[in-house]
Amino acid sequence: MTKPWHEIVVEVLKANEIRLIPYVPDNVLKPLINAIHADPFFTTFSTAREEEAIGIVCGGVMAGMRGMALMQTSGFMTLPNVLASLPCSFQIPALMMVSERGTLGEFNMGQAAVWRTMRPTLDGLAMPWHVITRLDECEFITDRTIKQALMTQSPACLLLSPLLTGGKASPVRTGH
Amino acid sequence: MAETNLHRMHRFDLTKRLVAKLQREEAVIGGIGHSNFDLWAAGHRPQNFYMLGSMGLAIPIALGVALAQPARRCFALEGDGSLLMQLGCLATVATLAPKNLTMLIMDNGSYQITGGQATPAAGGADFVAIARGCGLRSAVWATDETDFDAQIDRCLATDGPHLIGLKLDDQPPAAQTERDPPQLRDRFMRGMGVKKSKLPG
Ligand SMILES: Cc1ncc(C[n+]2csc(CCOP(=O)(O)OP(=O)(O)O)c2C)c(N)n1
Repeated sequence: MTKPWHEIVVEVLKANEIRLIPYVPDNVLKPLINAIHADPFFTTFSTAREEEAIGIVCGGVMAGMRGMALMQTSGFMTLPNVLASLPCSFQIPALMMVSERGTLGEFNMGQAAVWRTMRPTLDGLAMPWHVITRLDECEFITDRTIKQALMTQSPACLLLSPLLTGGKASPVRTGH
Repeated sequence: MAETNLHRMHRFDLTKRLVAKLQREEAVIGGIGHSNFDLWAAGHRPQNFYMLGSMGLAIPIALGVALAQPARRCFALEGDGSLLMQLGCLATVATLAPKNLTMLIMDNGSYQITGGQATPAAGGADFVAIARGCGLRSAVWATDETDFDAQIDRCLATDGPHLIGLKLDDQPPAAQTERDPPQLRDRFMRGMGVKKSKLPG
């Protein structure tokens, strides 16, 4: 049987010695967060804001503990200022994994509006980013993105598409 | 002691007093603006990190360093305006309780670097009380320079996390940090023993 995406991600994080995982939670990330909490390899905890998680990851990696911040789309969009001024300017390989809300069946208009701002922002920051849509590409994209970020001293962002994760189903029926 | 009765101190003087006590390659993270300017002016150490943007992240960065290197003591120097932007980080620090982290709150009551405007704490917000409310039991105001010295000795000798509130006067910083972020990061990583390089530096 093939492994689910979150098991693949945990294996790739461990293989690349990514231990420090602060996060602001998201429903889609739940199995990944649970797996990381269950594994003593990781130092993981929630933060009050995504900005704080980026600060912690930057401090950790500069002091020798690699890290990745987990968040959803709306959390990422609180970050442009700190990404531009901290990991982009200082060339710190801060890693991010973002569960994509706002696309492919979104029910919340606010999330859909935030989603439209994310790709232009990632491009504007000139930060490497990739979307993971397929299970068979999950390991390759995650591993290579992490390795490139570390080797080129650059922040990088991985987007988890609903095509990979299933996304968050609408709690209400449409049309009425 | 009621924080309004506190003697106002000089940021550069306190920064020099702190740095003079650091004998064990302790990490020091200077927050945006004048907190890191005076750290720079006190004399560069390879274990200093000067944050040149990302207002509010001095404590989170120091927390990351503290988690990565539990054997090294870490200090965060954060302005009052900056802390207001990221108050939640005090709860995170209290929850994780890193023994090696000390936070110094540089409270001049204003956004000094942008022209001295009063912060929203002007109504009486008390940063030490906020820290205690977040669960940081070792949070105190330093009453004067002698007390500051004693508090730093305590932070260097006992388990944290510690937080010291410092009421400051409105004197300007003693110098400006050189603004070259990749160089500053490179030196800090060498200072943390993470990066080895044959390039002089
Ligand atoms: C997110 C963000 N908002 C506003 C600014 C502009 N700004 C830079 S420093 C600063 C004031 C910092 O105040 P404080 O931390 O109290 O330090 P002080 O200037 O008093 O030393 C402000 C408002 C900024 N850099 N980033």
